[in-house]
Amino acid sequence: MLDALPSRALISFRGVRKIYGVGEATVHALGGVDLDIEAGSFVAIMGASGSGKSTAMNIIGCLDRPSQGRFAFNGVDVTHIENDARALLRRNYLGFVFQGFNLLSRTTAAENVEMPLIYRGAKRAERRALAEQALNAVGLLGRENHVPSELSGGQQQRVAIARAIVTDPLVLLADEPTGNLDSQRSHDIMKLLRELNRERGITVIMVTHEEDMAAYATRRIVFADGMIAKDTVGAR
Amino acid sequence: MLWESVKLALRTVQRNVLRSILTLLGIVIGVASVIALVTIGQGATDKVTSDLSKLGSNILLVRPGGGALGPPGGNDSRSFTERDVNDLRDIPGIRAMSGSARSTKTVIFEGSGQSVEVTGAEPGYFETLDWAFTAGGPFSDSDNRGGETHCVVGQTVVNNIIRRDPAVGETIRVDGVPCEVVGVLAVKGNSAFGQDQDLTVIMPLRTFQRRVAGNTRISVITISVATPQDIQDVQAAVADSLRDTRKLPPNVPDDFTVRDMTEMAQALSSTTAVMTGLLGAVAAVSLLVGGIGIMNIMLVSVAERTREIGIRLAIGALGGQVLTQFLVEAIVLCLIGGLIGATLGAAIAFAGSTALGIPFSFDAGVAVLAVAFSGLIGVVFGYFPARRAASLDPIEALRHE
Ligand SMILES: Nc1ncnc2c1ncn2[C@@H]1O[C@H](COP(=O)(O)OP(=O)(O)OP(=O)(O)O)[C@@H](O)[C@H]1O
Ligand SMILES: [Mg+2]
Repeated sequence: MLDALPSRALISFRGVRKIYGVGEATVHALGGVDLDIEAGSFVAIMGASGSGKSTAMNIIGCLDRPSQGRFAFNGVDVTHIENDARALLRRNYLGFVFQGFNLLSRTTAAENVEMPLIYRGAKRAERRALAEQALNAVGLLGRENHVPSELSGGQQQRVAIARAIVTDPLVLLADEPTGNLDSQRSHDIMKLLRELNRERGITVIMVTHEEDMAAYATRRIVFADGMIAKDTVGAR
Repeated sequence: MLWESVKLALRTVQRNVLRSILTLLGIVIGVASVIALVTIGQGATDKVTSDLSKLGSNILLVRPGGGALGPPGGNDSRSFTERDVNDLRDIPGIRAMSGSARSTKTVIFEGSGQSVEVTGAEPGYFETLDWAFTAGGPFSDSDNRGGETHCVVGQTVVNNIIRRDPAVGETIRVDGVPCEVVGVLAVKGNSAFGQDQDLTVIMPLRTFQRRVAGNTRISVITISVATPQDIQDVQAAVADSLRDTRKLPPNVPDDFTVRDMTEMAQALSSTTAVMTGLLGAVAAVSLLVGGIGIMNIMLVSVAERTREIGIRLAIGALGGQVLTQFLVEAIVLCLIGGLIGATLGAAIAFAGSTALGIPFSFDAGVAVLAVAFSGLIGVVFGYFPARRAASLDPIEALRHE
């Protein structure tokens, strides 16, 4: 089941299992998944609730580790690396957009976007400039000094995207980025993700329940009971 | 990164002003008491030293008991006899001297009474200590020899008990013994320990021994030297004479001490230093309690901000960076407490010094040390909560409501 040679794909799962709980209460969130995602693709992950989508995303995002199997990032096996090494991977190559936005309250849009740069040790002026660029890219220029409670849901999600792309990541991970938004705003966000994918070459992996949104992707992976049930390339 | 952490910490404190202040109370009280106590203690020491040096460099005090400065005339040490004192009188270089004993007794005049420190002394006492009179004068040598019931009183005794002008010629009752007032002493004010030095009655030593104390003990011998340069010689001669009279074999140490005022000042300073140290220990306990308060609030803060920590970890903060952030927060909190405490302590010390009539001897070094120490408390008690924050699992933390 284990592949001796790591794949040359950007992201590669080999027999990845994620098991929660012990004894009777054991849940196999992922049941031995093999998956390769090439750099530059725009992937939509779909599937019923509880099918293991978020679990897979968390492993790809180096937030979680597989219980079994191997996970390689950019050709390097990172299954067993230290917490700090995973944090460095997140910092340098990954951008996250969460379903619940997860912005810091009472903190302005600009400060939220600057945060990843603070941990990279960027200078204040550089941070300002990059945050402004990122906010510009998501069409939020002029709202830098608003705190999340002063922004609409769509605007908050765009701040979250700006925060994810401000470090110029290789991969942008978005777990149900439009889950809280109405249809018009959802399409706006999708167009933004597609643009980031096409124009900046960022690999985008997103979870969605909606066909409309999945239609923006170039590849569609459907999960069922912790396994990949369907994997179609070249949608649209 | 560090500066960002400080800014973030200040912002967090600002957001929870009331909570922060309540948390800091322990530290504030600890630091304030350290600074107030040390400052007042130092002031008292300075006052004692300057009082003693005012007394002059030509005074010797002889007390029973060897070694350190203890309670005068303690029961276990052998007090002086009249012979001890009389044998000293011929030592060359002595200007004046007096044996004395004291005891706290009730002094009554026409129904109003009060506890007063009553001293029995020889007339040479006033000369030895250069005490001046505002009315009347000292009792005489024949008063002493004859055990006359005459006395000299301090101004507070006049103000509080006698309340009559002139006081000289009135008869007060000292422990039931009627005594005629023959002199009133010039005002001396409070001692370094806040004791009223004018609440005093001095009577002839014989009279005191026979009528008030009921024994012949002499607890202090006060000697003034004609020329300060001779003080060492006189000190040695006094010791020799006392050993002789008291028949101490050569291998037995002195059972009395002869000190000059500089030695007294040193001994008293070290006593105040011990006091200050003890009170400092009490303050340290309150700092410890303050530290536990800090730990508690930091743990609450970590729990409340679990989600925030999750976000920070998810976007690339290293464990160490989260640790730094929370540690800096605890330190900033403690330093704020330390600064407030230092200011408060200095203010209390100022008020206290003024009230006690002692100099305000604020030591900036002590304040800096106390504030730095509160910072250290931040490190010690902030570390555990910060470690907890840093070791959170990002996924778990993000899922936290
Ligand atoms: N921390 C956990 N402890 C125990 N079980 C868990 C945990 N996280 C996920 N699971 C279980 O793992 C399975 C997969 O969960 P996952 O969150 O990946 O589903 P999902 O496909 O993202 O669902 P949804 O569409 O509802 O978000 C579920 O059965 C879930 O109950
Ligand atoms: Mg999910």
